[in-house]
Amino acid sequence: MKTTQLLNIFAPESTPAGAIVDLSVLVLSVTAVIFLVVAGLLVYALVKFRATSATMDREPAQVYGSTQIELAWTVVPVLIVVVLFAATARVIHAIQDAPQPPAAVEVTVIGHQFWWEYRYPNFGVVTANELHIPVSDPSRPRPTFLKLLSADTDHSFWIPQLAGKTDLIPNRVNALWMDPRRPGVFLGQCAQFCGLQHAKMLQRVSVDTPGEFEEWIRAQREPAAEDQSTSSGRRIFETTACINCHTVRGTAATGRFGPDLTHLMSRVTIASGAAENTPENLRVWLKDPDAIKPGSLMPAMKLSDVELDALVRYMQSLR
Amino acid sequence: MSSDVMAISSARIDEPTWPETLHAWVTTVDHKRIGLLYILFALLFLAVAGVEALVIRIQLMYPHNDFVSPQVFNRMFTMHGTTMIFFFAMPILFGFGNYLVPLMIGARDMAFPRLNAFSFWLSALSGLLLYFSFLGGSGLYGAGSAPDVGWWAYAPLTAQAFSPGSSADYWTIAVLVSGFGSIGTAVNLIATILCMRCPGMTLGRMPLLAWLYLTMSGLALIGITPLSAAQLMLLVDRYLGGHFFDTQAGGSATLWMHFFWIFGHPEVYILVLPAFAFMSEIIPVFSRKPIFGYPVMVAATVCIAFVSMSVWAHHMFTIGMNSYANSFFAITTMAVGVPTGIKIFNWLGTMWGGHIQFKTPMLFAIAFLFQFLIAGLTGIMQAAAPFDWQLSLSYFVVAHFHYVIVGGILFALFGAFYYWYPKVTGRLMSERLGRLHFWLFVLGFHLTFDVMHVPGLLGMPRRIYTYEPGRGWDTLNLLVSIGAFIQAVGLLVFVANLILSYWKGTRAGKDPWDAWTLEWSVSSPPPAYNFATVPVVASRRPLWDLKHPEDPDSLYE
Repeated sequence: MKTTQLLNIFAPESTPAGAIVDLSVLVLSVTAVIFLVVAGLLVYALVKFRATSATMDREPAQVYGSTQIELAWTVVPVLIVVVLFAATARVIHAIQDAPQPPAAVEVTVIGHQFWWEYRYPNFGVVTANELHIPVSDPSRPRPTFLKLLSADTDHSFWIPQLAGKTDLIPNRVNALWMDPRRPGVFLGQCAQFCGLQHAKMLQRVSVDTPGEFEEWIRAQREPAAEDQSTSSGRRIFETTACINCHTVRGTAATGRFGPDLTHLMSRVTIASGAAENTPENLRVWLKDPDAIKPGSLMPAMKLSDVELDALVRYMQSLR
Repeated sequence: MSSDVMAISSARIDEPTWPETLHAWVTTVDHKRIGLLYILFALLFLAVAGVEALVIRIQLMYPHNDFVSPQVFNRMFTMHGTTMIFFFAMPILFGFGNYLVPLMIGARDMAFPRLNAFSFWLSALSGLLLYFSFLGGSGLYGAGSAPDVGWWAYAPLTAQAFSPGSSADYWTIAVLVSGFGSIGTAVNLIATILCMRCPGMTLGRMPLLAWLYLTMSGLALIGITPLSAAQLMLLVDRYLGGHFFDTQAGGSATLWMHFFWIFGHPEVYILVLPAFAFMSEIIPVFSRKPIFGYPVMVAATVCIAFVSMSVWAHHMFTIGMNSYANSFFAITTMAVGVPTGIKIFNWLGTMWGGHIQFKTPMLFAIAFLFQFLIAGLTGIMQAAAPFDWQLSLSYFVVAHFHYVIVGGILFALFGAFYYWYPKVTGRLMSERLGRLHFWLFVLGFHLTFDVMHVPGLLGMPRRIYTYEPGRGWDTLNLLVSIGAFIQAVGLLVFVANLILSYWKGTRAGKDPWDAWTLEWSVSSPPPAYNFATVPVVASRRPLWDLKHPEDPDSLYE
């Protein structure tokens, strides 16, 4: 995570993001020409018509206007608007009204303060914060269609290289789709101010090859791994308030308020990207979440060092 | 004028004591004094909101910086935006309008002097109420302080569940009350402009400044009421069991957005029209030509006002409206760019063939033209809704609107200060300090706001108290922050100029710029009654007619 990875909106890897770039090229070209012409004329006027000692004693010709010129510089902008709007409306419809093909992967995204819940209704998978979607081959498209919901305040889903952003608004269902063209990891974060830790509601999208995606789905569908050596940690998990908020499938933990932890170790980060998923960070987080993400809604449970060690070992068994 | 001389020589008044002076200012109903009170209060709030901006920029100089906590940061951007819009920009523009409109239309005061004073005090005291939130915001439930919900206060973040304490209420009530002050001044300006023009000054002969303030006031009357309504509904939600915006109970978050932006978009035109007014007075005088195309400038102004009421949901392109709604708001937004662009061309046409004088007011006007052009073009980019699905809610849009408000409106205000300061005080501001202020501010402004577009294009959202390293945002944010400090220094030079020139500035006389509108026909500062005899005009430039009796405007209009 130390190398630079640009989230460049001009480096699209998906059809909607690409359509936006194509439109932006037209818009930027038109605005660039307008700028060069008008700014050029301004500079010219400033140089050519500056007052000098020769012009000191008289006023210039007092011109009040010119109907022809004013007509021209009304008609031309109107024509520019017509052209820009035609291009814009086409792209709006192409992206928003694109039909969902039968092969599409469906994901329901639920925004929370301050994490992302991902549910795959057709696969029976529930996970959090790190999204896995398959790469889409243009000859046999397999886009991902996302349904966007919110459990509390407004949020916004923005992975710049894959699509424009769409908000997650409580009491409303929004939609977004993307068809990534190459495997890789794409980053983003919540773009609509949602409260104290809006800045740390980070997103990580893993675009997998078909084989990788099938494997990931298969592993995510499994209930939690059984590991007798972590039973003391599991007992702490199940008798402290953890199970009120978190789900670990196959156990007594069925809480829905916080992220699903069944396969916590399959994630690269914790706290929605606020820290790398290492044992050290896990321990800091479990001891006091405010140390990593002050204002996150997970309370510190005042566990002793022994309890923390056991709990971390249990978390690490949730592969 | 002989009557002025008689009035002065026969006066033998003892100097007032300072309590008497203070009392006179606090109880004044004179439009000139109220205008100055507005401007003074606005400059104080500018300083406070400017410090808030510097706190934001220090925090964002480096990724994972901990100059302030997330709680404080969120309050800083909320208070910065709220203060700048409602307690700096609106009051200072109303202040200039208050001072200038009666003088420029040949009137002795505003139509309703006491409403005028009342409106000012509502604005000033509601500003103090907003800042009292730092002390009183925790209310009965704790976890408060200044509001931290952004200056749009989106629902349901403002519901009791997500904003306990009273901080959201301080935002709601302070802005609500200041809205009443704005409505009062808007009513006053409309009545004054429509009813109190001097003989001969038809609507087609009044200065463009008057047209722009008339239009702006109309927009204020129409635009502020939805915000006030929404704020009352929010108070009902928070305290009286209402569920307008309470999504947990079936209320609507998007309802707040529509109400807010139906206000919010006309609001930015309320802010920019007076800036256009200043430019339309300054550019002709320093080009030595009349404004090019006065009738079209008026038509464009009115057109802007009407169209601006149909564009509001371009602030909501990402909320999931259907493609027809998005297309509608895309075309109206592009359409409003046409009359706005026309104004730039008319200013260019005014300069064309002129004898341009690069005095300080004109320097700021020239910078305004370049910067407003760029700001308008980045606006057109965002009107293309799919492009806005990337640009919205990122630092690109923060750069865009600061380009309009700082690069456009604030630069126009600086020009207005340098232009009318001699009329108000009788002394010219220092040209040397003016140039220093200008170049510092141009440097700082461009360093901050040109660079700021780039993090937006690289995926940096707005309203984040910190950001991740390794996304290419680090150096860019550092440069943006450095520019902010350069602007702060420029602002200090400006304030120093305001103060020093009051005592040391060259005496200005009535008409230091050889201008053509009525305010330059009275002494500097004007007498309390403005005009000893009510002027009679026959054209748009009455002083040009007086100075050029062989070639008056009235022959050509």
